[in-house]
Amino acid sequence: MDAITQNLDLFWSGFLRSLTICLWGAVGSLILGTIIATCRVAPVAPLRTFGTGWVTVIRNCPLTVVLFMFAFGLPEIGINADYYTFGLAALIIYTSAFVCEGLRAGINSVSAGQAEAARAIGLTFTQSLTQIVLPQAFRTSIPPVGSVIIAMIKNSAVVGAFGVGRDLFSVGESLTSAQGYAALPVLTGVAFGYLMMTLPAGLGLGALERRVAIAR
Amino acid sequence: MSTPSVLYDAPGPRARRRAAVGGAIATLAVVILIGVAVKRLADQGQFAGQLWDPILNPSDDSFLLVWKLIGKGVLATLTAAVLAIAFSMLIGGVVGVARMMLGRRSRIPIVGLIELLRGLPVVITIYFASRVLPELGVDLTGMPGGSGLWFLVIGLTAYNCVIIAEIIRAGVASLPGGQREAALAIGLTPGATMRLVLLPQAVRVMLPALISQLVVILKDTSLAAVLGLYTELLRQGNLIALNLHNPIQILSVVGVIFILINYSLSRLATWVDQRSVRKIQSKPTEAVPAEAG
Repeated sequence: MDAITQNLDLFWSGFLRSLTICLWGAVGSLILGTIIATCRVAPVAPLRTFGTGWVTVIRNCPLTVVLFMFAFGLPEIGINADYYTFGLAALIIYTSAFVCEGLRAGINSVSAGQAEAARAIGLTFTQSLTQIVLPQAFRTSIPPVGSVIIAMIKNSAVVGAFGVGRDLFSVGESLTSAQGYAALPVLTGVAFGYLMMTLPAGLGLGALERRVAIAR
Repeated sequence: MSTPSVLYDAPGPRARRRAAVGGAIATLAVVILIGVAVKRLADQGQFAGQLWDPILNPSDDSFLLVWKLIGKGVLATLTAAVLAIAFSMLIGGVVGVARMMLGRRSRIPIVGLIELLRGLPVVITIYFASRVLPELGVDLTGMPGGSGLWFLVIGLTAYNCVIIAEIIRAGVASLPGGQREAALAIGLTPGATMRLVLLPQAVRVMLPALISQLVVILKDTSLAAVLGLYTELLRQGNLIALNLHNPIQILSVVGVIFILINYSLSRLATWVDQRSVRKIQSKPTEAVPAEAG
């Protein structure tokens, strides 16, 4: 256990760094995912095609391939950035496809009768969208989008393993490889750090789900 | 438009005109976007022959070698995926059934294990396997395929077996309660109820979810490339790109291969899903209304 107690500050700063990656990743992928989802359900066919293509390509491609494409491909065409930016960008783009699908599932779960009823009582397009369809869609989207965000927290470790530096995974790697600490206690500490992010996120999500649950 | 949407009404003439204008603008925007990307690639010489020829031109010197190496990579990826899937199903099945059949108190350790492994990133479980197992004196170098393959398989299995256990539990939970009660009432033991009545029905329900999990496992095999454990498709591609200095081209090929395999698997999952839904709906005695969506 010395390996953990002696390096507590390293673990803590690694945890904070991972948390920062996750927060930016969540914000970015929620925004981008919403934009893609808007494209996918838009009444304009080319936008729908674009959204569908985006989701199909990215969902079926491993995050690692997206990461490698950013880190090794983009410098070839003269786009240079540090691994942190590349890693974060790849994480956001990868996660956006899954966020989009979660949101779309929510929209599709609203039965057509709801929108028809809204139109029948004379609500305009904007009114029926903002007062009838989206509030229901949003609630149904919470479980799938929440699990996507939890999966993203776990995927942030991939970005770390790739060499972002100073995050939780990198701390574990440098302690065991460069400084020669035994792997078991160090990696247990790293695993504990990730559990400290995923378990509370899961509990919070469950509580949120129960709060907004609606009877259908 | 093929499917009516909940969001908007069937368009009239004015809406159709607007949609056409919007469509034209959107097409233009997408075309410009692609054009900018292509121009960028062309300006940087990314369409140059020496970068694509090893992949596309059969008369190129490296052509045969490149595709042989890619083929080896695909095979290595599939080997790791198939092994991980087989072990995950086996262990996941046991864990899932154990969780369902044990009493409230004796299943606490299993629930704890499931929650623990579910909360960990796969890349951590793989890294854990590759670093901690040798430390504990587990020597896998003699195994067929090398130790890297087995660390990858162990790490993937540790994570995915609990996911599959949960899928199985959800499948059994989705069955009508009367199935279990009827099986117990005719005198089957709890074990026989599970084996003969519940699991066979649950497998049908959970087949789509299981196939989707296969896609996840297949994608996760490429984590070995990040950790440098095992030369599967992505790492193989990376090694080729290092020699030929064409990462964009080789990574595109690797990406397309992954997308093709995974897309077919996803389509299979959708097809199986729709097929099972149709079967249930076509039963004349089924009084329950079909689930919307």
